[in-house]
Amino acid sequence: MKYIDEYRDAELVQRVLAEIHRTVSRPWVLMEICGGQTHEIVEHGLDQLLPPEIELVHGPGCPVCVTPLELIDKALAIASLPEVIFASYGDMLRVPGSGRDLQATRAMGGDVRVVYSPLDAIQLAQKNPDREIVFFAIGFETTAPPNAMSVMQAKSLGLSNYSVLVSQFKVPPAMEAILASPYNRVQGFLGAGHVNAVMGYWEYAPIAKKHGVPIVVTGFEPLDLARGILMTVKQLEAGRKEVENAYPRIVTYKGNQEAQAMIKRVYETCDRKWRGIGMIPKSGWRLRDEYASFDAERRFAVEEIRAEESPLCIAGEILQGLKKPTDCSAFGVECTPQTPLGALMVSSEGTCSTYYQYRRSLKK
Amino acid sequence: MKQKANKPKRDEQKSMIVQGPVCPRPIEQREVIVMGHGSGGKMTRDLIARYFLPAFENPPLMQEDDSAVVQLSEAGRLAISTDGHIVDPIFFPGGDIGRLAVCGTVNDLAMVGAQPQWLTASFILEEGLPISTVERVAQSMRAAAEEAGVMIVAGDTKVAERGKADKIFISTTGIGHIPKGRDVSGTNARPGDVVILSGSLGDHGVAVLAERGGLALETTIKSDLAPLNKLVEAMFAAGSAIHVMRDPTRGGLATSLNEISQQSGVAIALDESSIPVRPAVKAACELLGFDPLYMANEGKLVAIVSPEEADKILAAMRATEVGAKACSIGEVMEAPAGRVLLRTAIGATRAIYMLAGEMLPRIC
Repeated sequence: MKYIDEYRDAELVQRVLAEIHRTVSRPWVLMEICGGQTHEIVEHGLDQLLPPEIELVHGPGCPVCVTPLELIDKALAIASLPEVIFASYGDMLRVPGSGRDLQATRAMGGDVRVVYSPLDAIQLAQKNPDREIVFFAIGFETTAPPNAMSVMQAKSLGLSNYSVLVSQFKVPPAMEAILASPYNRVQGFLGAGHVNAVMGYWEYAPIAKKHGVPIVVTGFEPLDLARGILMTVKQLEAGRKEVENAYPRIVTYKGNQEAQAMIKRVYETCDRKWRGIGMIPKSGWRLRDEYASFDAERRFAVEEIRAEESPLCIAGEILQGLKKPTDCSAFGVECTPQTPLGALMVSSEGTCSTYYQYRRSLKK
Repeated sequence: MKQKANKPKRDEQKSMIVQGPVCPRPIEQREVIVMGHGSGGKMTRDLIARYFLPAFENPPLMQEDDSAVVQLSEAGRLAISTDGHIVDPIFFPGGDIGRLAVCGTVNDLAMVGAQPQWLTASFILEEGLPISTVERVAQSMRAAAEEAGVMIVAGDTKVAERGKADKIFISTTGIGHIPKGRDVSGTNARPGDVVILSGSLGDHGVAVLAERGGLALETTIKSDLAPLNKLVEAMFAAGSAIHVMRDPTRGGLATSLNEISQQSGVAIALDESSIPVRPAVKAACELLGFDPLYMANEGKLVAIVSPEEADKILAAMRATEVGAKACSIGEVMEAPAGRVLLRTAIGATRAIYMLAGEMLPRIC
C-alpha cells in the first residue's frame, strides 16, 4: 500500500535499528505518548528488536482510556433516555462505567449507534427531527477539529436536537504532569505524530526546556517509530534536550492552523479529570458559552452519579508509565477484553488490550 | 345530522344485497409478506409453490412429503452440519443472504472432506418484506446450489411480526458423504506440516462493512463468498494427505488456526509477509483499526497438509478459480503447543490469539 508499505520495509527498519544499537551506550527510558504508537510497536514487535538498554514505557494517549468514569456513567444515563439517539465512536461501546457499558445499555433498549464521524451524527439529527441526538465527543487534539466542526454545523443548520457530551483532552499538559511526578522515570518523549499533524510542535519547546527532556515528533509505522527512537537516543547520548521532528512528511512546526482556529472558536481550555490519573490543570477543552445550548451535560440533567472503579485495576499507574500491564494481578485473569475491569483493556489503543492481544504469554 | 346521513336507509340496504356478494375478494397477489404467509394454510402453500419449489426443483423436494427421502449411493460416513444466517445488509457486493446460506453449509461440510449432497432450508421472514426480495433470495440460492452441485430437498417457512425479525433469516442444514480414505479433522495437524491458504484475506468482512450504512468507504471490494467443495475435490485429486481444513469465517484466520493448534496440541508459525491481503482491504483495515487476520472470509480455506504433498496440492488449487491465489503461509511445529506465532515483516515474532470480542472500529 502506498505510503505505508515503504515505511514497513524490513531492510530499512533493520538499518535504523542497527544504528540505534551502535548509538546506545547506557540505559534510557523513553515514553511513546500515543496508544496508537504502543499498538504499532507491539504489533510489529519493534520493542523486541531494540537494544536491552532502551525501555519503552507506554503513555496515556488513549482517548477511550482517559475519559473519566463519571462522564461514562453520565453517557450511560443519557443513552438510556427514550428520546435520545446516542451516537459514539465504536470503541467507546465496551468501556466499562460503574458496572455497565454502552453495549449493555443498547441491549436494554437504549438507542446507541456507532458512527465513524460526528458529521454522521449531524445527519442523524437531520433525519430524526423528533429525537435528541447526543454525540460523545471524546478524544485528543486529533478529534477536536471534527467534533468542533459538528457543533458549528449544527448551529449554522439551526439544529435544535443535536448536542455533544464533551470529553476533550490535550496532550502537552499530561506530558508535563508525568514529568512533574516525583516517581517519573521518563527521560525522553516520542511525540504523538497525529496530534502534531493538527497542533504542530510549537507547544513542546517550553516543556523540553523546563524539564530537560528531548521530545521527538514521531509517526506510526515501524520505520517512523525506529527513526523517532534513534533521534531521541542520539539526543540523550549527546546530552541534548531539544524538540525535533522525525515525521516531517506529515507534521509541520505550526500544524494545521485552520483546524486550530476551529478548535479555538468552539472550545475553551478547562481543567479535566483523566481516568486513572486525576485532575490535570488546563488539560482539556469545553464548549464556549456561545455554544452552551449544544452541551449535552447542560441539556440533560441526569441525577448525581456515584462512580466506582474496580479496586483491582491499576490503570492509573500504567497510564503514567509506572507499571506495565503484566504487573497487574488481574491482567488476563479477571480482566480480559470480554470482561474489562478498566478502560485500558478495551480500545485497540489501550496498553492492556494491546498486551492482551499480542503479549498475553508474558504474564508472570 | 351527520350520523344520520351516514346510516343507509332500509331499502338502500336491501338493494345492496340484491346487487350481489358484499364480501370483497381477498387480495391474492401481495407485494409484501404478511402474517398469513406463515399461517401454514393456502397462502404459505402458494408462496412456497410460487417461489421456492420452482427455484429448488428436485425429485426428493417435489415429493412434498413431511420429510425428504433420499437414497445413499454407498455405505460409509456421513457429515452433517447446520448453520443459521443473519446478515445486514442482506444484499452486499459479491453476494446475499441466500448465497451465504447455501455456501456456508456447503463449506462446513467440505471442510471435513465431505461431498455435500443435500441441504434443507428454514426461512424466517419478517412481516412486510417485499415478495420480490423473497424471490431474489430464492433465485440466488438456486444459483449457488447449482454451482455447488447440491439439492435443497426440504424447507420450512415462518413469518415473524414486523420488528421481531430483521427482513429474512435463513437456517440451512446439509448432509454430505465422506469418501473412503479421507480423514480430515482439527486434531490431525502434525509437526512439519505445511499451512496453505486458498487466497487473500478479509474480502467478505470489508465488503459487508463498507456496505453497512454510514461508512463512506469508496471500495470496490467484493465478498469472496463461494462454495469451496469443488476446490476441496481438486485438492483430494492431487493428494490424500490433507490433515486439517477450516474455512476462516467469523473470527478470521487467527481464530481458525488457534482452534487447530489447540485441538492438535501443536504450534503453528506463520510468516506475515506471505499472507495475501488485497491493498484495498489492507487500507480499509488500517483506517478502521482492524486486523485482516481477524476479518471474516466466506470463500477461503486454510489447509494443513503433509510437506511431501504440499506442492502438488498447491498446484491443483491454483488451477481452480477460487484457489488461483493459493499459497503456503507457514508451518506446524511441535512447541509451544497450542500457540500460533507470527514472524512480523520486520523480523520480530509475536503471538496471535483468538478474536477476543466484537470487533469495534477505533476512534482515531
